[in-house]
Amino acid sequence: MATVEVTRSIDARGMPCPGPLMSLIGEIRQGAVGDVIEVLSTDEGSRTDIPAWVQKAQHELVEVVEEDGFARFIVRKAR
Amino acid sequence: MNDETLSLVLFSGTDDKLTAAAVLAAGAAAMERPVNIFLQYWALDAFRADRITKDHGVAPEAGPEGAAITARHHQQHWSETLAQAKEIGDVGIHACALSMDMFEITKSDLDPLVDDVEGVAAFMLGATGPVTFI
Repeated sequence: MATVEVTRSIDARGMPCPGPLMSLIGEIRQGAVGDVIEVLSTDEGSRTDIPAWVQKAQHELVEVVEEDGFARFIVRKAR
Repeated sequence: MNDETLSLVLFSGTDDKLTAAAVLAAGAAAMERPVNIFLQYWALDAFRADRITKDHGVAPEAGPEGAAITARHHQQHWSETLAQAKEIGDVGIHACALSMDMFEITKSDLDPLVDDVEGVAAFMLGATGPVTFI
């Protein structure tokens, strides 16, 4: 796993769609450019929604890590 | 092209349909599409301040089994999802003037999520693309 320093982590496990994405958007808005936000999600929808939103909002999806029973999305605020 | 307005007319006031509509609105707002919502009949009734978080049941097609499934599956309340959608995007929620008349209510009877009361022509002015009826 790449060594990326995470600024803030959101544990959205158990939260239904589109909750994890909504939480990510809130954190990104509050953060500063360059911040790295990590979202832990068990929601299947996040696997498509988070990459789609990151692309649309022009941030950077650093990494998606498959964990046991959930996924870890690492997003860098780019603007 | 991708920023086309999502126009939703909400007619049904059951929690399942309102949840589905709120999720659509949140997704559109996340993807930076303006959202234009018009509340008619039972959907408008569900947005009354004194009953917005009460149990509004599920659509008839759910049947007893479907009702049990939705009761088991914990969902964020649709009013919270709409509040989040409004925080992150351009989401307007308008009450149909005709339905307001029918229920004999005013803006102050509605939850603050509702921005204003509009006639159908004013709603259509903002509905530049297709209109989805739920």
